[in-house]
Amino acid sequence: MAALGTETITVDLASGSVRALNAELHDPSAKLYEVRNPAGAHAVAAGIDRGITVDVRGHVGYYAAGMNDGGIVTIHGNAGTGVAENMMSGTVRVTGDVSQSAGATAHGGLLVIGGSASMRCGISMKGVDIVVGGSVGPMSAFMAQAGRMVVCGDAGDGLGDSIYEARLYVRGTVGALGADCVEKEVRDEHRSELAELLAAAGLEHDVAQFRRYGSARRLYHFHSEQAGAY
Amino acid sequence: MALEHSPSLRESATFDRGVIAEIQRAAETGVYDIRGWGAKRAVPHFDDLLFLGASMSRYPLEGYRERCDTDVVLGTRNARYPLHLQTPVTIAGMSFGALSGQAKEALGRGASEVGTSTTTGDGGMTPEERGQSKTLVYQYLPSRYGMNPTDLRKADAIEVVLGQGAKPGGGGMLLGQKISDRVAGMRTLPAGIDQRSACRHPDWTGPDDLAIKILELREITDWEKPVYVKVGATRTYYDVKLAVAAGADVVVVDGMQGGTAATQDVFIEHVGIPTLAAIPQATAALQELGLHRHGVQLIVSGGIRSGADVAKAMALGADAVAIGTAALIALGDNSPEYAAEYEALGTAAGCYDDFQDGRDPAGITTQDPELASRLDPIRAGKQLANYLRVLTMEAQTIARACGKSHVRHLEPEDLVALTVEAAAMARVPLAGTDWIPGAGHGAERSWTQGRGHHA
Repeated sequence: MAALGTETITVDLASGSVRALNAELHDPSAKLYEVRNPAGAHAVAAGIDRGITVDVRGHVGYYAAGMNDGGIVTIHGNAGTGVAENMMSGTVRVTGDVSQSAGATAHGGLLVIGGSASMRCGISMKGVDIVVGGSVGPMSAFMAQAGRMVVCGDAGDGLGDSIYEARLYVRGTVGALGADCVEKEVRDEHRSELAELLAAAGLEHDVAQFRRYGSARRLYHFHSEQAGAY
Repeated sequence: MALEHSPSLRESATFDRGVIAEIQRAAETGVYDIRGWGAKRAVPHFDDLLFLGASMSRYPLEGYRERCDTDVVLGTRNARYPLHLQTPVTIAGMSFGALSGQAKEALGRGASEVGTSTTTGDGGMTPEERGQSKTLVYQYLPSRYGMNPTDLRKADAIEVVLGQGAKPGGGGMLLGQKISDRVAGMRTLPAGIDQRSACRHPDWTGPDDLAIKILELREITDWEKPVYVKVGATRTYYDVKLAVAAGADVVVVDGMQGGTAATQDVFIEHVGIPTLAAIPQATAALQELGLHRHGVQLIVSGGIRSGADVAKAMALGADAVAIGTAALIALGDNSPEYAAEYEALGTAAGCYDDFQDGRDPAGITTQDPELASRLDPIRAGKQLANYLRVLTMEAQTIARACGKSHVRHLEPEDLVALTVEAAAMARVPLAGTDWIPGAGHGAERSWTQGRGHHA
C-alpha cells in the first residue's frame, strides 16, 4: 500500500456524490479528509476500513460512518438514524444530536454523542463503547450484548430491556427499567472504567454522580412461568 | 395397539390421538413445543400440479441430444458482479450454530461442485463455509450476530432477511444446549444461555428505511454485490412490490413448508401460506412492475424436493429455487443408518425434527463435537452434489418434454391442477378444464393478468 498523503483532501457534496466520496475513503490517497455540505445525505463515510480521519461539516442522514472499522470520523452537526451502526473499531463523534438506533449492533470502537440520542441508542450493542453527553430516548440498550454505554443526562423508559452483558451508566434519571435490567452496585473497577470513558469522550463529570445498570440474568433461560416478564 | 383392532372404538376427528398427546404434554410441562423442520401438515403443494407435455400442438426436445440449459444469472439490476449459477437450485440460509461446522462445510462443497450458491445464516460466516463455497450469499439478519464488514466484502451476494416461511413475523431462539464456546464467541454472548434472535431489524423499519439500508450496504461494498431481500410467504404480492421498491436485486420468497432450526410448533403450522399460493403472487407483482424475467429475479423456497418441484416453481415464475430441508436429508439427516439412535431419542428415522436439542445422531444439527465428527464433509458434500444433479436433470427432463430449451422457459401454460384448491392458488386451470377458480373476481384480479383467456 502506498504511503497516504498528509494533505487534507476536501470533498464538497454540493458538487460531488456520496458514491465518489465513499469510493475514495475505501481506497484512500490521504490520511485526512474534510467533507462539506453533506446536507443530510445518507451513508456518508460508510464502510471505512482503516485509520483515516474524516471531518464532516454539517448534518448527515442515516447510517453515517456505518460499519466503521478503524476510521476517526467527526460529524460537526446532527446525525440521522443508525450513526456508526455495526462499528467494529475506531471513533465516531457527533457534536450535535442523533436520531434512533445510534451505534446499533456495533461490535467495537467508541461512539461519542455530544448532544442527545433518540430511541434505541445502543440497541443490540455487541462491544462498542457509547458516551452520550445529553440524554437517550426510550428502549435504549435493548438486547445489549456487550460493551458500555454512558449517559450523562437522563434515560427514557425501557432502558436495557432484555439486556445481556453490556454495562450501562446513567448520571440523571431513568424511566422504567426494561425487562431483566436492574440497578447494580458501583464498585471501584466501575468508577475507574467510567472515568476512562468520560476522558476518552472529552467530558468532565463526577463519576460519583452515575448509577450503574445491567442484567439480572433472570431471562437467560426461557421458562414458561416467566412469560409475563417480557 | 388395541385401537387399530377395535372397530367399535371411535377416535374423535377433532381430538385425535395427536391432539390429545399434545394437550397432555402441555399440561405436564407448561411449555410450548419447540422443534425444527417446517410445516408438517398437508397443504396444497406442487404434487397437486401436473405438466402438459408436448404432443400435436407443441414440439418436445430430444432427451439426450438437444440442449436444455439450466444456468441462471442473479442480481442483474444494480450489482457490478451478478452471480452466474449453473443450476437454478441453490442452498438456503442455515446458520452455523443451528448446524455443525462439518454440515456447513458439506453444504459448501456440494453446492460448489455443481456450480450453485450456498448461504450463511443467523450466526455469521465461518472460514470453513467461505473456504468451501465458490459462491456464498451472506445473510443480513435482525440479530446481526457475527456481522462485520470484512465478511460482508468476502461475500458474493447479500441477503437481507425479513422473515422465513416457517415463522413469518418471528425471531429465533437457539437453545443453550447448542451454544458452544465457538458459537457463543461468534455471537458475542455467554456460552450455554438461550439466545434470542430479534424479529425486527434494529436500525430500520418499513420499506422506506429499507431502501436507505440497502443503499448503505451497497455503499459499503462499492455496489459490487447483488442484494437479495428474503420474506416469509404471507402478503407476498405486496411484500414483493415493496422489496423491489426498496431496491432489491433478487427477491426470495419462502413458503410455510420451509424449514427452521427451532421454532414453536404452533408458529410453524399456523402462520404463513403454502409455497404454491405465494409464487403466483410474487410473479404477478414482478410482472406488473415490468421486472419479471427482466431486472429482478425471484427465488422460491419451501418444500422443494424433486426436479418436478423445481420445474413447477419455475413454470409459475421463479428464476431459481432454494432448498434447505432436502439438502440436509441429502447430507444424511434422518438416515436409517441411525435408526436405533433416533428411537433412543423417542423418535424415528424419517420423523426426527428436534433440531433445537443438539443431539442429532447424524451430526448435522448439533454442536456436540463427537456427534458432529460423524459427518464427513467430503462424503456428505458428494451426496449433496449427487442430489443437486438429480434435481437439475429431472427439471431438464420435464422442460424438454414441454419443448423448452431452457428450464426458465417453462410457464404457467404448461401446468394444470389436480384439485380445485391448487388451481385457485397456483392460478392454473383444473386439469381437463379451462377453469381457474377465482380468476377475474375481486381485488386480486390484477394477479391474473396475462391469462385473459381464462378470466
